[in-house]
Amino acid sequence: MSAIDITRRTEVCHDLPGQKAAHKVLAELRFSPSLPQRGYTGRALLVDLGKRQIREEKIPDRVRELFTGGRGYGLHYLWNAVKPGTRWNDPENVLVISPGPLCGNTQYPGSGKSLVVTLSPLTDIPIDSNVGGYFGPLLKFSGFDALVLSGKAARDVILVIDGVAGRVTLEEAPQENPDSHVAAEVFTRMYATDEKDLPNVSVVAAGRASEHCRVGCLNFSWYDLRRKCTRIKQAGRGGTGTVFRDKRLKALVVHGPRVTADANHPADLERIAKAGEKMHFEIHDYDDQQCHMRRQGTAHLVEIMDAYDLLPVHNFQYGNHPDTPKINSKVWDARFTQTTVDGCWYGCSMACSKGADGFVLRTGPYQGHTVTVDGPEYETAAGLGSNCGIFDPHWLLECNFYCDTYGVDTISYGTICAFVMECFQRGILNAERSGGLTVNFGDGAAQLEMLHQLAQGKGLGAIAGQGVARMKKLFAEKGWGDAQLLRDMGMEVKGLEYSQYNSKESLAQQGGYALTNKGPQHDEAWLIFMDMVNKQLPTFEDKAEALHYFPLFRTWFGLCGLCKLPWNDIEPADNAKQPEPQKVPEHVQNYLNLFAGVTGREITVQDLLLMSERVYNFQRVFNLRMGKGRREHDQPPYRSIGPVTREEYQSRAERYDKELKEKIGVEPSGLSVEEKIRRVREYRLDRYQKLCDAVYKRRGWTSDGVPTLETLKKLGMDLPEVVEVVRPFLKG
Amino acid sequence: MKVLTPHPEKCQGAFACVHACAKVLNKKDDLAHSAIRPRKTHQGFAFTVCNQCGECIAVCPTGALRRNKAGTVLIQRDLCVGCLMCIGFCPHKAMFRVPGTATPFKCTSCGNCVKACPHGALSLEAQDHANLPV
Repeated sequence: MSAIDITRRTEVCHDLPGQKAAHKVLAELRFSPSLPQRGYTGRALLVDLGKRQIREEKIPDRVRELFTGGRGYGLHYLWNAVKPGTRWNDPENVLVISPGPLCGNTQYPGSGKSLVVTLSPLTDIPIDSNVGGYFGPLLKFSGFDALVLSGKAARDVILVIDGVAGRVTLEEAPQENPDSHVAAEVFTRMYATDEKDLPNVSVVAAGRASEHCRVGCLNFSWYDLRRKCTRIKQAGRGGTGTVFRDKRLKALVVHGPRVTADANHPADLERIAKAGEKMHFEIHDYDDQQCHMRRQGTAHLVEIMDAYDLLPVHNFQYGNHPDTPKINSKVWDARFTQTTVDGCWYGCSMACSKGADGFVLRTGPYQGHTVTVDGPEYETAAGLGSNCGIFDPHWLLECNFYCDTYGVDTISYGTICAFVMECFQRGILNAERSGGLTVNFGDGAAQLEMLHQLAQGKGLGAIAGQGVARMKKLFAEKGWGDAQLLRDMGMEVKGLEYSQYNSKESLAQQGGYALTNKGPQHDEAWLIFMDMVNKQLPTFEDKAEALHYFPLFRTWFGLCGLCKLPWNDIEPADNAKQPEPQKVPEHVQNYLNLFAGVTGREITVQDLLLMSERVYNFQRVFNLRMGKGRREHDQPPYRSIGPVTREEYQSRAERYDKELKEKIGVEPSGLSVEEKIRRVREYRLDRYQKLCDAVYKRRGWTSDGVPTLETLKKLGMDLPEVVEVVRPFLKG
Repeated sequence: MKVLTPHPEKCQGAFACVHACAKVLNKKDDLAHSAIRPRKTHQGFAFTVCNQCGECIAVCPTGALRRNKAGTVLIQRDLCVGCLMCIGFCPHKAMFRVPGTATPFKCTSCGNCVKACPHGALSLEAQDHANLPV
């Protein structure tokens, strides 16, 4: 048995009364706390940080019908706040946090999510990020379906929402440390009335690095009763933390009422309870045979991806590595504390919020501190690990910890760091150009040093923190590297860095990444196994159908405040015998029951898809409104489609030679590697364009990727302001 | 600790235990409200009831499930959030909930069913709980 005491860590709370005494209340709103009725409170809380105004408004029924909640509400409020020329750091940009109608039920696994929506500093278009922790549910149980933050404060502030006392205060908070693991602990203890009240407080914080980079993330906390400390989950993608700190927000604090089984006042609790109970039995009976989520979280994927040649290695050049066993699930199984409850909301028996306790830091401002590290999850292990050629669990945990507490998205930082490392490999960067720091593949200490630089806005770290898209441009402008090579190897679309799967051998996944609304994130569609391994999508039409259905189905989780993982990271015993096992039909039925059980509205799968399709098309039009959202913005870097370099070609020569011979009709023997790369590239790029054609057609968009009036009308999304945006793109 | 121990060979199917339990625990008089669930099998009778192993304690996110000094695992209702994970993870499927609610209940080793059984098919047996989850 592990000898680690999970309650032991370095104390970070010092002089709380003194820190609180330094607060100055800038604005206050008294409100009547209310619990939701059938999942909705119908109220939004709006705070202008610059004008120091706090008010609430009723959310119209029409908004509920069209946008459902969560990501839909976020996009609705963002649309109303910004103009086409608005950028992320303009005061009118809003940061919206919205739990959905199903969020906060305590019976069905994965029901504590809230959605963060804002204009992204990386992409200049809306970003949506799905996050666990207790903030969303407690916000709703205080009385609000959405929190809309606009303007910019003059000095560091916190917003405190007390859903028990019925009071919202905007407070200047000059002394507290903004780093998330400290801020979460300090503000939780500062605003809980006593020990028993600690689980009723949740904090949102970013961290010091969010002030200096475009890849800032937000950490949402909850109090872990057994570890006796706050834990954090991240709204990672797209720079939400950067916007947060730009608004001079140090933290959001919610103090909600004690959570009960029926706090949503659902229409039919029995129906929800039955669905939840069934899932708990299923996870109890099959998780040990299926995904091991309860022991390893998503980190169980590391060796699976390696085995299928899908694990990103050395900036997505390769798909596997002989050292993968050093960071595989066995390592994390042993390192994670296994004797505790690891759900990021009540009732999540999938319990994937694993923690590595008793970790002693070697570097940075917290050197020597004993901490609890959240994770790593798969994306972090692959991004900071294999993609950077780092196969040392210690460095992974340390980098994971600092990314979180500094407020840096581990997915973007992994892809950024891998890109920087390849730049060193290819002579695009060197110590002179970087200001002294050399960051080579496999160098965990250098990865950390660049992160510490990033957190201070200094050196190479400050440049890296701007993201891959801006680095590509900068390095090409400086003449440090070939512009085409930089475009090919810089793994971003629309300005957002890729998440951690190699999509080279799956055309459907190339679309799954590049045809996304917000940028290449696997939460819209993960089709690699269906496409590449199981060969279930042989035609362009099959792939297009999958790229229609799955993004819509998965969007629904973000509308309702749910986690995707319990949908298909556990399966019923007879799932494989179902006609469409990839959809996990029994779980789809659970979700229909859950929606009806909470809201009282009976829905079919078609209704579910319609809810998503409305918001999905609205978001596409939103992109158009902000200057993106057309075919040209859906074009991926070639590294995500095929082999860029000789070494990449040679690593899979057999596969590519076969493709030349059987698919392209070219005899590979006698051709130089360069010629073979050129022919494969030509073929694959052409297939990607054909995929775009098929997907746009299936989605009811023009060949330029613009939703047609007919589509918008069919969805009931032909609102005047929406039609006004698309009309100029439909002429001719 | 005292563990409710069925002796199925003595059971005649009177179900007096069910009525006694449901009344004491939930003030009702039917199987759905009882923490002891006898059922007829080909061989006679079988029982589903808690053996106080305490595995449910480990999955409870709020600390609502605890072992008391006497060793019995009890639910502190005011701490329970109704997540039902204890129901899904009970190795004996001996955690139940009141129909229409998300409030779980279990055998408290109170002994009322023992007294109610006309055939002596139930007893409370003393067992050591020193090494079981608390």
